Amino acid sequence: MPLIPVVLWTDALVFLLLAVTALFAVWAARHEHLRAPWRRVVRSRIGVATLVVLSAYAVVGLLDTVHFRLKLDRADESGEVRYAPEVLSLLDLALSGLRERQEKTYSAPFATHLHAKEALDQPDGTVIRDYPRLQHGGAHLADPERDRAWDIAWRSLIGLVQGLILWALLAAGLVWWLARRHGQPFDAVRNRILKGQTQIPWRTALGTLGLVLVLAFVIGELALKYHVLGTDKVGEDVLYQALKSIRTGLLIGTLTTLIMLPAAILLGIMAGYFRGWIDDLIQYLYTTLNSIPGVLLIAATILMLQVYMSNHADEFASLVERADLRLLFLCLILGVTSWTGLCRLLRGEALKLREIDYVQAAQALGVGHFTIIARHILPNVMHIVLITLVLDFSGLVLAEAVLSYVNIGVDPTMNSWGNMINSARLELARDPIVWWSLAAAFLFMFTLVLAANLFADVVRDAFDPRLRGV
Amino acid sequence: MTEPLLHVTGLTTELGDPTRPARVVDGLTLDIRPGETFALLGESGCGKSMTALSLMRLLPPSGRITAGSVQLGGTELLSLTEAEMRQVRGGRMAMIFQEPQTSLNPVLTVGTQIGEAVRLHQGETRQRLGAERAVELLRAVGIPDPEQRLNEYPHQLSGGMKQRVMIAMALAGDPRLLIADEPTTALDVTIQAQVLRLLKAVQSANGLAVLLITHDLGVVAETAERLAVMYAGQIVETAPVAEFFAQPLHPYSRHLLESLPDAGKRGRRLAVIPGRVPPLDTPFQGCRFVERCPAAIKRCRLEAPEWRAFSDERGVRCHLAELDAAGVSSRPVSDRTDSPTPEPLSPTSDPNSPPSDTPTETAQVPLLTMRGLQVHFPIHQGVLRRVVGHVRAVDGISLDLYAGRTLALVGESGCGKTTAGKGLLQLVPPTGGSVRYRGQELIGLSHRRLRPFRKDLQIVFQDPFASMNPRMLVGDILGEGLQALRLAPKRAERMRRVAELLELVGLDPESADRYPHEFSGGQRQRLCIARALAVEPRILVCDEPTSALDVSVQAQILNLLKDLQERLGLAYLFITHDLSVVSYLAHEVAVMYLGRVVEHGRVADVLDDPRHPYTRALLSAVPVVDPEQRRQIIRLEGDMPSPRHPPSGCHFHPRCPEAIEVCRHHYPVETRLGSTRRVCCHCVDVGVATQTNGDSKIRS
Ligand SMILES: Nc1ncnc2c1ncn2[C@@H]1O[C@H](COP(=O)(O)OP(=O)(O)OP(=O)(O)O)[C@@H](O)[C@H]1O
Ligand code: SF4
Ligand code: SF4
Ligand SMILES: [Mg+2]
Repeated sequence: MPLIPVVLWTDALVFLLLAVTALFAVWAARHEHLRAPWRRVVRSRIGVATLVVLSAYAVVGLLDTVHFRLKLDRADESGEVRYAPEVLSLLDLALSGLRERQEKTYSAPFATHLHAKEALDQPDGTVIRDYPRLQHGGAHLADPERDRAWDIAWRSLIGLVQGLILWALLAAGLVWWLARRHGQPFDAVRNRILKGQTQIPWRTALGTLGLVLVLAFVIGELALKYHVLGTDKVGEDVLYQALKSIRTGLLIGTLTTLIMLPAAILLGIMAGYFRGWIDDLIQYLYTTLNSIPGVLLIAATILMLQVYMSNHADEFASLVERADLRLLFLCLILGVTSWTGLCRLLRGEALKLREIDYVQAAQALGVGHFTIIARHILPNVMHIVLITLVLDFSGLVLAEAVLSYVNIGVDPTMNSWGNMINSARLELARDPIVWWSLAAAFLFMFTLVLAANLFADVVRDAFDPRLRGV
Repeated sequence: MTEPLLHVTGLTTELGDPTRPARVVDGLTLDIRPGETFALLGESGCGKSMTALSLMRLLPPSGRITAGSVQLGGTELLSLTEAEMRQVRGGRMAMIFQEPQTSLNPVLTVGTQIGEAVRLHQGETRQRLGAERAVELLRAVGIPDPEQRLNEYPHQLSGGMKQRVMIAMALAGDPRLLIADEPTTALDVTIQAQVLRLLKAVQSANGLAVLLITHDLGVVAETAERLAVMYAGQIVETAPVAEFFAQPLHPYSRHLLESLPDAGKRGRRLAVIPGRVPPLDTPFQGCRFVERCPAAIKRCRLEAPEWRAFSDERGVRCHLAELDAAGVSSRPVSDRTDSPTPEPLSPTSDPNSPPSDTPTETAQVPLLTMRGLQVHFPIHQGVLRRVVGHVRAVDGISLDLYAGRTLALVGESGCGKTTAGKGLLQLVPPTGGSVRYRGQELIGLSHRRLRPFRKDLQIVFQDPFASMNPRMLVGDILGEGLQALRLAPKRAERMRRVAELLELVGLDPESADRYPHEFSGGQRQRLCIARALAVEPRILVCDEPTSALDVSVQAQILNLLKDLQERLGLAYLFITHDLSVVSYLAHEVAVMYLGRVVEHGRVADVLDDPRHPYTRALLSAVPVVDPEQRRQIIRLEGDMPSPRHPPSGCHFHPRCPEAIEVCRHHYPVETRLGSTRRVCCHCVDVGVATQTNGDSKIRS
C-alpha cells in the first residue's frame, strides 16, 4: 500500500456528522413538512448563492479531513515498509506545491523579492544589502520589473479560460440533467434558466458557481509561480495557511453543535415535559453553568490540557494528533458552555407543547412518555434546533478567532484564522507593515461568516412558523 | 329616508399574488344610516374581516382595493391620502377587534393607551385633560373605579374589561361609525350580554352607527336593525332583521337558520350544508353557492346571479328569487329545505329515529361515578417556589355518566369545565374525591395501571387545529391509540381499522395518507372523534367540540355525535358554554360556577325552569333568534371571581341579584328537588320546585 489512512478524532466525528446529515436528509425527503421549508431555502436566491459558497468551503474542509501517512520511498535495511511520520491530508497533497515552496521569511503578495534586506554576495565579490530574489515566487522571470505584470495578466487569463471551460461543462451537464428530468428539450430549459424563470434560481446558482470556479482557477494558476497572498515570518505561503484554516473554522462551527446537541435536546425537552423535580434539577444545572464566565472555563480547561499534554508528550504519536486532540477539547468545552441557550429555548417550547391538545390526546390514549417525546414533541421543536444550529455557526467561527488570539484557542501549530491573526499582531507593528496575513485571515473568515449568516437568515425565514404566517 | 352615513358601492378587494389574486371582497355594496346597527353575517373565511379592514384601509401588505367607492358622510375615503385617512380612523370611524387580548399593548397602562387615543383625535396636548377624559370614557363603558384602573396594565383586566377598554378607546375620537369585528366572540355569554348592552347604550347616547360583524345569528337577532349575509366575498342577501328571521330568501340564509340547534329540533337531525366555502382565488362562473345549494337549477352553474333588490331594504342574489316575479311574498323552495336534507356523511340508517329521550336511567347503573372531585393547582411563589395557595379549579363536583346518555357540563370560561373533564380522565392529577369507573377507583393509579382504562375513556378537544400533531399522517394519528394500547400491533391491521373509522365519521378512507393541515376545521373535528373512537371507548368527554366551528359545520358534528351515541351506546360528558347545543343534544345538564356544580337536572327541567339564580342569568343572557323565546335579561354585574380567592359563603353572592345575608357566610347545601334535580342555593323554594318538576315529568 502506498499509504495508510489515519483517522484523527475530529475526522471520525466529521464522518459521524456527515452520516447524521445524510440520514436526516433521507428522512426529511420523505416528510413533506420538512421538505417544504428546505424547498423554500433552495428557491431563494440568497439561499442558493450562499449554499454554493458554503459548499466550496465544505469541499476544502472535507479534503483536509481525509488523513493518511505516505509510504517512504526507500524501505529501510530490514526490508520493512516504512511510512512517513508526517500525517498529510488530501488537501496537503493537492497543495503540495504551495506547501513545499518555502521562502526564507516575509514576502509580499506577488512579490519577487523578499520583504527584508539581506547581505548579498555579488558575483564580483562585493557584498551589498538589498532585497534578495525569492527562491520560488516569480523565480521564472528573467527581469521581474519588466515582465511581472504581463506574466500575471497572462496567467490570470489562462486561469480564467480554464475556469470558464470547466464551468461551461458543469452548466451543460446540469441543463442536460434538468432537461432529462422534466422531459423538455435542452434549449427550452437553457432559455428558462437564462431568463431566470426556473423555480430553483439556477441562474443565480450557476453565476455564483462560475465566480467561485474562475476565482479558484485564476488563483490556482497564479499560485503555481507566485505567492498570491505572500509568505509569513518563516516563509510559509499564506494562501496555504488560509486554506488549511478552513477545516479548523468549519470544525469548530459544526462539531461544537454536534457535541452539545444531544444534551441540549434531551435535557431541554425533559425539563419542559416532566416538570417537577427533573425540571428543577436541569434548571439549576444550566443556571449554574451559565453564571460561570465561559472564557474562564475554557481557559482553565485548555491550560489543564496543555499541562497534561506536556507531561505525557510520549502518548501522542505526532504533533498533528496532539493539535487535533486540543481542537476536540476546545469543541467540547465550547459545547458545554453553549448548550444552555438552546436547552432553555427547548424547555420553554416543551412546556407549551405538553399542554397542547394532541399531546394530551396521546396521553389519554395511553401512549408512553418517551414515545410522546419522540413522536410529538421532538419533531415539533426541530425547527428551533435547526435555526439555532445555523445561527450559532458563525458565532462559533468568530469565537475561535478570539480564543486563539488570547492563546486559549487551538494549538499554535495548527493552522487557524485565529492563530494567523494572533501572529499578525506583531507584524502590524513592523515597518514596512506586514498586512497580508491579517488580510488573508480576514478575507476568508469574512466570506465564510457572511455566507453563513445570510444562509441562516434564509433558513430561519423558511422554518419559523411565525415568519411564515401559518 | 335619511341620507346614509356610510355609502359603499362595488367595493372589491384582492389579496396575494396579482396574477392569481384571491378576491376576498367582490363588488360589495351597502348603506349604513346614522344611528343604526347594521350586521354583516357570514361564516369564517367569507371576507367579513377583510371588508372591515378595507373600509378602514388597513389591509395587510399583500392586499389592495381594486374597485369601488367608500363614502363616509359624503367624503370619498378611497381617494384620501394616508395622512388624511389617519384622521378619519379613530376620528369619524373607529374599529374594535375580536381579540381584546392582542389589541392592547401589554407594556403600557390602560390610562396611557386611552390618553394617547384621546390626544390623537382631540388635539388635547395637556396630560391632565387627557386623563380626565380617559376617566370619563372608562366610566361611560361601565368600568368600576376608573381612576384606579387607569394605572393598571392590560393583563390585570379580564377579557370583558379589555373589550370595554377597547370600546372606550374607540369612543375617544367621538366617531360617527363604529366597526365592531366579532366584538364578543372571545367572551362569555354573561359578559357578551354586558358588552352588547354597553354597545347599545353607547350607540343611543352618541347616536353613532355600528357595523357589527359576526357569525352569531342570536347576536344579530338581538342587536341589529338590518343585516347583510355574506358568502364567498359577496353579499347574498340584505334584509331588516325581523323580516330576515321570519323569511330568509337566499337558500344559504335558510340553511344557516335550519342548522341552528335548539330544543325544538331535538328529535331530528340538524340540516347541514354539505361541502365548504369555495376557495376565493378561483374564477367563478356560476353562482358561488351552487356546489352546496340543494335548490340549484341548471342555470345556476352557467350564469352568476345578479343582485336583485325588492325594496330599499331587501335584496337577494339568487336565480330563484329572480325567476319569481312575485318577489318577497313567496318562498320558491321552502318545501325542499324543510324536509331533512340528504346527509351524505351520515353513517346511520334512519335519520328520523325517535328521540332517545325516554328516561331509562332508573333501571341503569351508572358507568362512571364521580364524587367530590377536586383539582387544586398549587401557586408557587418566590425564589424557593414555595406553595402560597391553590387555584381551586374544580372544588368538589359529583356527576354520574350513564351508557347511551349525554351529560352536559355548562358554565363560563374559567369555571373549571375542562379541568373537570381532564380530571375525570386523569390527564391532570385530581387532588381529592373519587372517580369510579365500573366500581374501580381511577384516582391514584400509576401511568401503567391506568392503561387498561384508557381504552374506555376518551376525549375530543375544542380546538381542531391544535389537537392533531401537524407532523404526522392522519393514518398514524388515528392509529396511535391502537398501537399504544396494543389493540392492533400490526400496521396492516391498524390501517384497516383506520379506514373503517374514517368511513364511520364520514370521511374518505384515502384521507389516511394526508396531513391534518389539508382538512377543514369540521373535517379535523371528525378526525379527532375518529381517533377517540379508535379504541372503542365507552365514555367520551367532548370538550367544546363545536365552539371553534361555523354553525353549518357544527350541525354536521352534532349529527355525527348523535348518530354514534345511538349506534354505539356511548356515554358523553359534553362540555360546552352553548346552551342551544345543550338543549338539542343533552339528556342531563350540570351548571358549573367557580369549580362547583350549582344546578343539576334533566335538560328540559333545568332549561325550562331554572332554579338557581346563576342558571337563570346564564339562560337569559344567551342571545336567541326567536323574539318570542327571548327572556328579560338578568343583569349580572362584574366578572367571575378568580378561583384563587373564591368569595366567602356562596361563591355567587357578589353577583347574585337574590343574595340574602346568609349567602355571604355559608355555602348553601345541596337541595334535592325530585329524584333528578339538585340545586345549591339558600333561596330555592322546595315546594314549588317539586311541583314544576312533576309537571315537566308529565309533559315529557
Ligand atoms: N393576510 C392574508 N393573506 C392572505 N389571505 C388572507 C389573509 N387574511 C385573510 N385571508 C383570506 O381572506 C379570506 C377572508 O378572510 P376574513 O378574515 O375576512 O374572513 P372572516 O369572514 O372574517 O372569517 P373569521 O370569521 O374566521 O374571522 C379568507 O379566505 C382568508 O383565508
Ligand atoms: S343561484 Fe342557484 S345555486 Fe345560487 S343560491 Fe340561488 S338557487 Fe342556489
Ligand atoms: S345562595 Fe344566595 S347568593 Fe348563592 S345563588 Fe342562592 S341566593 Fe344567590
Ligand atoms: Mg374574522
